[in-house]
Amino acid sequence: MSRYIVIRILQAFLALIGITVLVFILVRASGDPTHLIITPTSTPEEIANLKKQLGLDKSYPEQFVVFVSGLVRGEFGDSIIKRKPAAEMIKEALPNTIKLGLPAFFIAMALALGLGVLAAARRDSIYDAGVKLIAVLGQALPGFWVAIMAMLLFSVRLRLLPVAGAGTLKHYVLPVGTMVFFLLPGMMRLVRSSMLDVLDAEYIRLARIKGLSEAKIIWKHALRNALIGPLTTAGMIFASLITGAVITEIIFNWPGMGRLLVEAVTARDFPVVQAITMLVAAMDLGMNIVVDIAYAFVDPQIRHQKS
Amino acid sequence: MMQNRAKTVLEVEGLRTSFFTRKGEVKAVDGISFYVREGETLGLVGESGCGKTVTGLSLLRLLPEPAGRILDGKILLDGIDLLALSKKEMRAVRGKVISMILQDPMTSLNPVYTVGEQIAEPVRQQQGLRGEKAREAVIAALRLLHIPSPEVRLRDYPFQLSGGMRQRVVGAIAMSCNPRLLIADEPTTALDATIQAQYLALFKEVQRKTNVAIIFITHDFGVVARMCHRVAVMYAGKIVETAPTEVIFRQPWHPYTAALINSVPRLDRKVERLYSIKGQPPSLINLPPGCRFCPRCPKAREICREREPEARQVGSEHFVFCWQVS
Repeated sequence: MSRYIVIRILQAFLALIGITVLVFILVRASGDPTHLIITPTSTPEEIANLKKQLGLDKSYPEQFVVFVSGLVRGEFGDSIIKRKPAAEMIKEALPNTIKLGLPAFFIAMALALGLGVLAAARRDSIYDAGVKLIAVLGQALPGFWVAIMAMLLFSVRLRLLPVAGAGTLKHYVLPVGTMVFFLLPGMMRLVRSSMLDVLDAEYIRLARIKGLSEAKIIWKHALRNALIGPLTTAGMIFASLITGAVITEIIFNWPGMGRLLVEAVTARDFPVVQAITMLVAAMDLGMNIVVDIAYAFVDPQIRHQKS
Repeated sequence: MMQNRAKTVLEVEGLRTSFFTRKGEVKAVDGISFYVREGETLGLVGESGCGKTVTGLSLLRLLPEPAGRILDGKILLDGIDLLALSKKEMRAVRGKVISMILQDPMTSLNPVYTVGEQIAEPVRQQQGLRGEKAREAVIAALRLLHIPSPEVRLRDYPFQLSGGMRQRVVGAIAMSCNPRLLIADEPTTALDATIQAQYLALFKEVQRKTNVAIIFITHDFGVVARMCHRVAVMYAGKIVETAPTEVIFRQPWHPYTAALINSVPRLDRKVERLYSIKGQPPSLINLPPGCRFCPRCPKAREICREREPEARQVGSEHFVFCWQVS
């Protein structure tokens, strides 16, 4: 078991090294950042100065060493536009994203689990049809449209909630609600179909033969077996939340990571893009390890694997 | 015979079970009657799809819903009609009074729970035992099925056990609450031949110790010869012949029974090719009006096509449904 985790962590570390190299190369392949800052009146001397200031006068291997040693110290360089450390900008935006993403994630997952399991348990009932309807609507309606319509209804017409921005608890309702609406349908369908597969299994029949209650059969015998697939997806969703709320954040003018990323990309603010990319990669790898460990808890066969 | 004095555990009268599908009503079990006594094994024999398993599931009232329904009949267990029980009362019967062993040991155990937990569940649920007492009952069930070092094995997960061992665990689950009736649905079909012989011997021993009544569902007359005191032969949802095992081998009356026995490979007979019955069982949606076997029967007459045969007694506990007899 502990060996299993150590191997996963080592693999993740290797992947992170690969990603670092890739990010470094891709950013440099996309062009010279000084071209975005210099003006037509800049003298060659000024350009050389700027390059020196940004550390771009050094050779690529040297730049790589600087980049990596910065990473180790948690420094990503300064934003070209705002002239302050990229790490600081992320530190300001990240808590806002977490405050939005975490509740949305847990509400969506809890609802998906509950609704998906019950839909499978009462297959083809009116209840199941309702769940399928929610799933179809959630996956067919574009998120930005739903967000704007919700804003129109609850904020503009009914004046129950603030239109946009962050601050009070009321500010959370619409953005979190919109995110739940994005996250719920896919997960709910996955839980439902995974449960349906498991409910057909012979061991479920045997559990009924044993005289167990329907609640025990569903929540104890079926759910744990049905969890493996949804777990992977939940891990991926969680990792993607760090930037995944782009649409929600922009529509509701929420000062989080999604908005920061879009601003940085449109302004070609490479240090910031680079920093966010590295963070997303690290987050993804971290979540993969968490999911792998969660597998081991759910499935004893993984827990007892020799290699 | 001694068995004749033993108490009747289960008595089934005119059981009819159908599945309602888009194509129509599938009469899977169409008016069958039989009984089993304490310490007795009744073999339920027939081809795939003849209604053996549906009969077993009907006894537990665990038909796939909403398609499967018991339409008519009585299922008397120690005199109590199971079809009159509420859902809750019926659940208390399952695992405790009637239990069942399924065919494939590889799929009938839950992969994410230990063997001990899976045996403990019915013990806790149906006998209300907790803690150390439940553990003792689990170990006793493992011992009954001759599972070596049960204290260690109960911590194992199914994937850590061989197929034969898993089927013993399934047996231990079935026997954990000391049931009156055990339905064994082809429990040895998925096992190797040597393991199969061991398993059958084991069940004979379990029966001697516990006096449980067993309904042994199989398509194999070889297994019947080894395991069963009496046999009921099923064809297309009906019982066509029922008799004590030694009688049926010596003198099968129904042409279908004779054909089934003929198709068992034997060491004392040299044949070019194993006997096989021509044709296929009829569709259970559009059944022929007369005897269901008559399209495949070498001895079919005019009356066989027109009217269903009724039960005729031809010996002690020996009944046949065939026009040949009358």
